[in-house]
Amino acid sequence: MRAPLSWIKDFVEIPSSLTVEEISKGLVRVGFEVEDVIFQGSDIKGPLSFAEVLSIEEITEFKKPIRYVGLDCGEKQTRYVICGATNFKVGDIVLAALPGAVLPGDFAIAARETYGKTSNGMICSAKELALSDDHAGIMVFDKEQVSIKDDVREKLQIDDVIFDIAVNPDRGYALSIRGVAREIAGAFSLKFSDPVEKLRGLTFEKTGEGVQPKIEDKDAASVFYLRTMSKFDPKAPTPIWMKRRIEKMGMRSISLVVDVTNYVMLELGQPLHAFDRKKIKGKLRIVRAGKSEKFTTLDGQERNLDPQDLMVSDDERALALAGTLGGLYSEITEETTEIALEAVRFNPIAIAQNSRRHKLSSEASRRLERGVDPSLAEFASARFVQLLSEHSTAQHVESVSVGEPKFPATFTINPTHISSILGFEVSNAQIIQALQTVGCDIDEKKWMIDPPSWRPDLTNASDLAEEVARMIGYDSIPSNLPNRPIHASLTSIQKRRRFISQFLANRGFAEVLTFPFTNQKTIDDMGFVGPRASTYALANPMSDENPLLRVHLVPGLIEVAARNISRGAQNFAIFEMGLIFRSAKKLETFVNPVTGSRPKDSVISQIFASVPEQTEMVSGLLVGKKEVENWQGKSTDFAWSDAVSFAQEILELCHLDFDLKRSDLAPWHPGRCAEILVDGKVVAHAGEIHPRILSQYNLPPRSSAFAINLSALPESSLVRPNRVGVMPAAVQDVALIVESTVTALEVQQALMDGAGELLESINLFDRYDKIGDGKVSLAFTLTFRAEDRTLTGEEVSAMREAATDLAAKRCGAVVRTA
Amino acid sequence: MNAEEIQGWVDAANAAFKSATNLDELKSARLLHSGDKSSIAGASRNLGSLSSEEKASYGKIIGDAKSAIAQALAQATQRLENERDQKMLAEEVVDITLPVRRAHRGGLHPISIIKNDIADFFVEQGYFVEEGPELESGWLNFDALNIPADHPARTMQDTFFVEPLESGMVLRTHTSPVQIRTMLTKKPPIYVICPGRTFRADELDATHSPVFHQVEGLVIDRGINMSHLKGTLDNFARYMFGPDVTTRLRPSFFPFTEPSAEVDVFFNGKWIEWGGCGMVNPRVLKTCGIETDEFSGFAFGMGLERTLMVRHGITDMHDIVEGDLRFTRQFGVGL
Repeated sequence: MRAPLSWIKDFVEIPSSLTVEEISKGLVRVGFEVEDVIFQGSDIKGPLSFAEVLSIEEITEFKKPIRYVGLDCGEKQTRYVICGATNFKVGDIVLAALPGAVLPGDFAIAARETYGKTSNGMICSAKELALSDDHAGIMVFDKEQVSIKDDVREKLQIDDVIFDIAVNPDRGYALSIRGVAREIAGAFSLKFSDPVEKLRGLTFEKTGEGVQPKIEDKDAASVFYLRTMSKFDPKAPTPIWMKRRIEKMGMRSISLVVDVTNYVMLELGQPLHAFDRKKIKGKLRIVRAGKSEKFTTLDGQERNLDPQDLMVSDDERALALAGTLGGLYSEITEETTEIALEAVRFNPIAIAQNSRRHKLSSEASRRLERGVDPSLAEFASARFVQLLSEHSTAQHVESVSVGEPKFPATFTINPTHISSILGFEVSNAQIIQALQTVGCDIDEKKWMIDPPSWRPDLTNASDLAEEVARMIGYDSIPSNLPNRPIHASLTSIQKRRRFISQFLANRGFAEVLTFPFTNQKTIDDMGFVGPRASTYALANPMSDENPLLRVHLVPGLIEVAARNISRGAQNFAIFEMGLIFRSAKKLETFVNPVTGSRPKDSVISQIFASVPEQTEMVSGLLVGKKEVENWQGKSTDFAWSDAVSFAQEILELCHLDFDLKRSDLAPWHPGRCAEILVDGKVVAHAGEIHPRILSQYNLPPRSSAFAINLSALPESSLVRPNRVGVMPAAVQDVALIVESTVTALEVQQALMDGAGELLESINLFDRYDKIGDGKVSLAFTLTFRAEDRTLTGEEVSAMREAATDLAAKRCGAVVRTA
Repeated sequence: MNAEEIQGWVDAANAAFKSATNLDELKSARLLHSGDKSSIAGASRNLGSLSSEEKASYGKIIGDAKSAIAQALAQATQRLENERDQKMLAEEVVDITLPVRRAHRGGLHPISIIKNDIADFFVEQGYFVEEGPELESGWLNFDALNIPADHPARTMQDTFFVEPLESGMVLRTHTSPVQIRTMLTKKPPIYVICPGRTFRADELDATHSPVFHQVEGLVIDRGINMSHLKGTLDNFARYMFGPDVTTRLRPSFFPFTEPSAEVDVFFNGKWIEWGGCGMVNPRVLKTCGIETDEFSGFAFGMGLERTLMVRHGITDMHDIVEGDLRFTRQFGVGL
């Protein structure tokens, strides 16, 4: 919302001692962020003059039309200038910048030779003076409005300060000069003259039969003023001061009637719409479109109406998309002499829906969807009649209204609540003054508050506390700490998450956070099927590229790895921890209880249950070499074993006992994938990524990954450590031959179970798979230790034999003799 | 054999040991002058054939001579071993500054680091860390927070919706639904922070990302007022940006707080918009079944990306979201 200081001064007496910077700070203090302050005219220097066009010599030998123009600038001699525009004729008044002038953009004007002539100045467009962005041609003025003797800067009100401020959605009233002026008055305790006060009681004589209003949809509008005028001369120009104010607000001057509707909207905040009365058949009605039909808005666009669209229609057809944009058919034209002016207090929701359905945000809809002061339908439409009568031959015919404005309800407060909300002592006098400043009427005995018509957002003590704090200044709020509890902690799950991340980072993994979006092709490329492939689709994805929610972390890691490789990285480890979204359950219809009181527990449970479970996962990807190769020689490649090792280490970190089994699961290599089980439940997978995927994404061969379902891990139990044995250990080696289909872990487990409790550790120190017959040799070191004695040779041999016997029984292992 | 002869052996041994230039020469000299075949060893063996008187006097002389030779040998050995060690150490000199082979440098993502850091700061002050799902019920994300169905925030320009639309499921637009979940399931006093990933349908550019992170704080207790909000934010800002920063509250609007404010931080010579905050709207408390006569509360929220960018002078969001190792590794595991 823009607000020129010159316009604000119409309603607030701003002392000259108040600087622009102070006004900006004041606006910020009361809650209006100042996004920009434009010092209009500050970059225009030197002589400007209105000039009458005395002669035009067309110079035709160039590619574009060039005019050599004789100007009367009120000087003794005719001044000649070169001009490339053609939208003027002899007798017109134009604006000339004379040599010595400097225009915005440090554009210095000087007498110069051009097109074979001497040009003694420049005829200006509005854009060249940064007055508006209209660059259709040079500015042409009406002789009745401008004399060449007029001072340009004064006549065009060039010198001004324009505040560009952000208006929060609850402060629709501030989308008007009236509203901003009131806030500035409040911020500096200045006197505010409400322009509406001058309109109260304004009546117009009925001189004929006007158009009759009707509200067909009572929910969509509360009050509808319709004022008819006639005998309008469509040639009537917009007064220069009005045109300039409209331009300063960032809009364009169009025609007197349209300009007056816009001017009143900018001044008071009530959007108005003017129809060509002759196009209206019967009554003007506020009604839903009711059917899908084509409708052409005044921007020339043909739109498909939704049956729910709120329209302003006559007896035969739709004439305007209510509160949003008028229709082409009934717009004000150069032939319009009779005008029907509509001013309605629309239901904000109806206008918001209109605007959104047609992706059409207009100056009108922006105000109406925030809610407009319901008293303004009357006063703004009266202001229109007043201004149009003043500046044209138009004559009032009839004003008719239907419906009643709905004003905000009164309520009572306990004034001590204001202090207890704000945290500092505010006196009753301060409260009353602040609330009166924002427009409330207060019955001080009962503390009954009557909010002003433009503040439907004021409904309770909290709302008023904000107003009081705004007016006193938020910087009065002291800084105290609450008397908070003395203890809190992270949960064990939160701590575990941190330990895992920290562990991976310490072990060389760089953490990445990828967007949790994916697409069907990626899911298919990874080889995910069934429940592991099903997910939720976004209704409005950023792009069609990734319309689905991710089902796994590894694909995202692969994509990040590919990006890093494309930027020159070769060897690295990365990990991510985050949620995945497999659609195990179908989403139900929205559970949507009314708010303002706590829903029943059963409804709350239903809402919680309606949210699908989102599994937390941690996943790591190992790419290339384990170390950077340098003068020290070759490094080894990351391999499936590293991925398995990291997965195991993480589970060990969490004090969880686990089993390891061979698996075959996407996106891993079918022969190089392990699954890890805790309490018999699969919680993790690790191994080499499928070679097809690696080549597709240009990742080095043997890149490996692990993925752990953190949500599936049980809580770690308290550690109960064994005593540390100090008696000597006895070490025994055994070599076993087994079928290659038997896993090393199975053999190891059998040895452990067979060896008994005195086995302290076991280590596979050799594996040989070249003995043929589909057999492998596995050599283990068994370390035995008793807590209380040195083990005898006989005891140790017996335990070793028990171990190999069980391995023979369970796994068909044959002890290899040297 | 006389004492002089014996002293001659000692002198000879001494001279030989001293002149040895390496341990091998010393070994030869040792064998010659104190080995089994040396004169002193022979004299020692011959002691048995002497009279008891001679035995006593020569025994002492020979014993002294032997220990003198042994001492000389020990000295020479130590000298030559030292020389040998010095030589070896000198030969083993390396260029210790050579770039050595190292395992890859890991690191946490800076968003995780700052998230943990903030959590620790608040946990120490008695706040618990609450979390919730990213795919969230629209009722918890909007309605319960006093954002009704027609609110502009609920359009498809701002919020990611999930098919089917009738489900009302959204990717949470803030971590505030976690506040609602907390208030619906826990009894006050409530002191929590809610960090997490959030989503808005903004195009990725230098300052925006459709996927970003927030931390929100919520306090519900008896007698909570706006000065407690201000004090908590002052404390938090000093922890994040340094002991000298000041904060400023500006009136603002959020459907779920009343009064509402923006909190700015004066950092590096200018006011930076940091986050939004306010007293929890009584309507939100009522929706969660909290007695507004007894309890009041405040809430605040800020973007972690923004906090990180301001604090560390990061100028482009792309660096934070792209997962380039060169960016992340600079942060290590702490700040």
